[in-house]
Amino acid sequence: MESALVLVIGVMVAAGVYLMLAANLLCYLFGLILLSNAANLVIFVAGRLTRAVPPLIPKGQEAPLEPVANALPQAMILTAIVIGFGLLAFTLALVVACYRELGTIDSDHMRLAEPPPKSGEH
Amino acid sequence: MDTEVHSGDQPPTGWGERIWSLALLAFPLGVTLWLLSLIGPVREHAPLVFGVSWIPSLGVELNFLIDGLSLLFGLLVSGVGFFVALYAKFYLRGHPLIQRFFFYLFLFMLGMLGLVLAGNLITLFVFWEITTIASYLLIGFNHEKASARRSALQALLITAVGGLALLAGLLLLGMIVGSYNFVEVLAAKDKVHSHALYLPILILVLIGAFTKSAQLPFHFWLPNAMAAPTPVSAYLHSATMVKAGIYLLARMYPVLGGSEAWLLTLNIVGAVTAVIAAILAMRQTDLKLALAYTTVVALGILIMFLGSEASVAIAAAITFILVHSFYKAALFMVVGIIDHQTGTRELTALGGLGRRLPITFAIAAAAGFSMAGFPPFLGFIGKELKYEGALAIAEEPTFVAWAAVFANALMVAIAATVALRPFWGRLPEKLQSVREAPPGLWISPLVMALLGLTFGLAPALIADTLVGPAVTATMGREESVSLKLWHGINLPLVMSITTFALGALAFYLQPQIRTLLNRIANWLPANSDTQWDRGLDLFKRGAALHTRHIQHGILKHYLAAVFAVASVLLLWGLMRSGGFDMAVNWERLTVKEWAAMALVFAGSLVAICTRTPLTAICSLGGMGVGIALIFLFFGAPDVAITQLLVETLFLVLVALTLHRLPHATEVSGTGFRFVDALLAVSVGTTVSLTILAVLQQPLISPTKEYFELAAVPEAFGRNIVNVILVDFRALDTFGEVVVVLVAAVGAAALLRRKLKPSVPHGDTQEEQT
Amino acid sequence: MSSVILQGATRLLVALILLFSVYMLMRGHNLPGGGFIAGLIASAAFVLYALAWSLQEARAALRVSPVKLAAIGALLSLASAVPGLLKGFPPFTGLWLFIGGGEGDKGIPISTVLLFDVGIYLAVLGAVLALFFTIEVD
Repeated sequence: MESALVLVIGVMVAAGVYLMLAANLLCYLFGLILLSNAANLVIFVAGRLTRAVPPLIPKGQEAPLEPVANALPQAMILTAIVIGFGLLAFTLALVVACYRELGTIDSDHMRLAEPPPKSGEH
Repeated sequence: MDTEVHSGDQPPTGWGERIWSLALLAFPLGVTLWLLSLIGPVREHAPLVFGVSWIPSLGVELNFLIDGLSLLFGLLVSGVGFFVALYAKFYLRGHPLIQRFFFYLFLFMLGMLGLVLAGNLITLFVFWEITTIASYLLIGFNHEKASARRSALQALLITAVGGLALLAGLLLLGMIVGSYNFVEVLAAKDKVHSHALYLPILILVLIGAFTKSAQLPFHFWLPNAMAAPTPVSAYLHSATMVKAGIYLLARMYPVLGGSEAWLLTLNIVGAVTAVIAAILAMRQTDLKLALAYTTVVALGILIMFLGSEASVAIAAAITFILVHSFYKAALFMVVGIIDHQTGTRELTALGGLGRRLPITFAIAAAAGFSMAGFPPFLGFIGKELKYEGALAIAEEPTFVAWAAVFANALMVAIAATVALRPFWGRLPEKLQSVREAPPGLWISPLVMALLGLTFGLAPALIADTLVGPAVTATMGREESVSLKLWHGINLPLVMSITTFALGALAFYLQPQIRTLLNRIANWLPANSDTQWDRGLDLFKRGAALHTRHIQHGILKHYLAAVFAVASVLLLWGLMRSGGFDMAVNWERLTVKEWAAMALVFAGSLVAICTRTPLTAICSLGGMGVGIALIFLFFGAPDVAITQLLVETLFLVLVALTLHRLPHATEVSGTGFRFVDALLAVSVGTTVSLTILAVLQQPLISPTKEYFELAAVPEAFGRNIVNVILVDFRALDTFGEVVVVLVAAVGAAALLRRKLKPSVPHGDTQEEQT
Repeated sequence: MSSVILQGATRLLVALILLFSVYMLMRGHNLPGGGFIAGLIASAAFVLYALAWSLQEARAALRVSPVKLAAIGALLSLASAVPGLLKGFPPFTGLWLFIGGGEGDKGIPISTVLLFDVGIYLAVLGAVLALFFTIEVD
């Protein structure tokens, strides 16, 4: 049952890359969202899919009674999602700051730190 | 001349300065006494080894080895160090940065001591690099001067490149021997010599030694390093820094020495360096520069003699190390005194100082005689031994002997120039009021000069105690050395007399020789110093060109490069593992699972097709919900909740921000981008294929079982995911929380910045003016 | 968005959501929940408050500055490393104290792990709100 999810991940990655390659920084941000979600799913799939049994131990037991989903990738993804929020929010702040300072969100026109060779004298 | 000279009103010495200068004096004095007490034990018994484990997993120890050779060098470093520190204390009195100077000097002393006492290859290298850095700081001490900064950088670059070569050589050597410890390395001569990598190792080590000891063609940094305050020159360029290369070769002699390549290279490089540096020294009118070039001469001679298998040649080298350290330190300090008292060290502006500076004159004369090799100074014994050693060199005795005579003759001339010329003749008007230096300045060079005289009169004092054990350690076999003033009439004596005659002639003709040399220098297209500048410029231009092409400033090209490389690497990995015949299992998915996946699929597609940001946000929201459902269906409720919450919060955030950003339609490049699409599809495909390949492997995860079994008994928690987060991997979780915190603080800093008018640039510049 | 109904409902809702977030925090060790989730839920409450009323109101309701809150949370988490260290275990080793235990029931657990999770809760809440407020206030 992993194959379908693998296909979906491929589509997400492709869409994310395509969006990130756009000059528009907002598109870039959307691409980043797709890519970070795809990355979480990759970790999830790599830990194998198990249907419907969360890694919880019933009350009064020392260990799960039946095979449960792999808890380790879940713990990783959980923190990755929260970190992803920090990353994406920071990127958003960057886009807003860029627009405020430079008046554009077109990355092709942002040449303040690395000006094109012709226009600068140095 | 030197801005470091501060005479006149002196501020009171501060506490920090006092403590530093006390430490700087007490440390070398203590080390000297300690090493002196070891002379007996080291000579009688085996070398002393001690140390602590440092990186045990790599077999690296911080250990030290004291045998005859390291003892001799250690004594030079600490002994000369003590007197130079004493001299510096008076020379730089009142300098505003004197504490910094003392710290640098202390660091250098520590590095140098560690280098010569190191007991294994890695320790040696670490201390080698400390001396490089400390010497950079010392040479560039007068950092307001552009020339000092340039010289410091030049010395750093040359010796650091040499240091890298040395590191490679030492690592290879250690790998062949199977140990980095000197005791084992030095005993492995046959193993190393017969190894295919012997020649590369030799070349690498020699590059390290030649750059540090300023051999041709790397010699030019040493004269430039005279930009340093004079005490630094007296220390670094007499007994320590430049001798590090000599020490290295002497240390490596038992394991690397003796081959044809070793003997020839050292003979030729040493001889050529000595002869050319001697000629260059004749040109100089700055006393300090003249001395600097004779240091290069001395180093060349030392290298030349290390390229020999005769014990008398090695004994000559070891003796000369002592001789040179004493007289060169003394002469540098004398030049410092002249500079300090008169304000110049230009030969043409000086004269007749003998009556004004009688003590300095006496010291200069004593050191100069030792340098010229007159009896009864130690220099004479050293020179006789050199000629004896030159004749004993098996490969090229005539060549080496002639080189030695020629270089020594010019040394005689320069010794006379530096030690005598400023003191006789007519005293210039400007220097009428010059007075003798305070005792604090002349006591150190006096001791150095007296040591040269004492050991010359009583060579037995050092023959068995220092020189003999050092030669034994270098050769790796028992050797005894006898040092005598009078050997009877023999070939070396004849050579000595020839040297004096030639030297006197060169001294007499020096003005003419200088004019001639200057004419030749003007006629030559470039010297190595200007070549250096050109090379550095070329390097910088290359870097600029490279930067302009690689770092062009276009975001999407950077990204495209990253994605393309990642995709190619993944494909390459797949092909190497031959994992293309992977099973695809379209197992029965339930309807709700299909629906969740379809939601993600559709969300992604809409996000790339839409042109309005709001639609994109909605579609991404749909995708997020789909992902959360997938997490939920496959047993990850915690993750599903988190995903849903984060997705919601973030999309609200984006939606609220949108009204402050321009519409997507105002931005160029919204049409279909074929090449980007191709790249995107290929990245997506590779990622999918890679995951499929990963899924072919069985999952072996002992951690999974561990966490399931340990959650309740050890952590009292039934939610395994939470137990992992807050207990088993709590440190990781903490780190992740800190990351989010930093992102928040960063974003706040980014957006709270006061609005500034953007920097005028390029096209906008004209509009604003 | 100055709907009276929304504003009125929000006051109640926010209180409920906050209560719910504490519930999720407390049960996290045994059932789905925990510091991350609870922190996000609490953030959602304040975001809702900000949407219904205004940013200033939400800020005032929070009382402390969000960055300070996040820092306090991170420090609390860090503090939970100390007891383990003091007893000679690796840092962050969980230490447990059961109060009033009886037959078959261990009693009310007090642990460094709970302290850690509370720290995470506050840190996530503070960081998310800090991001929200700064981007919004701009």
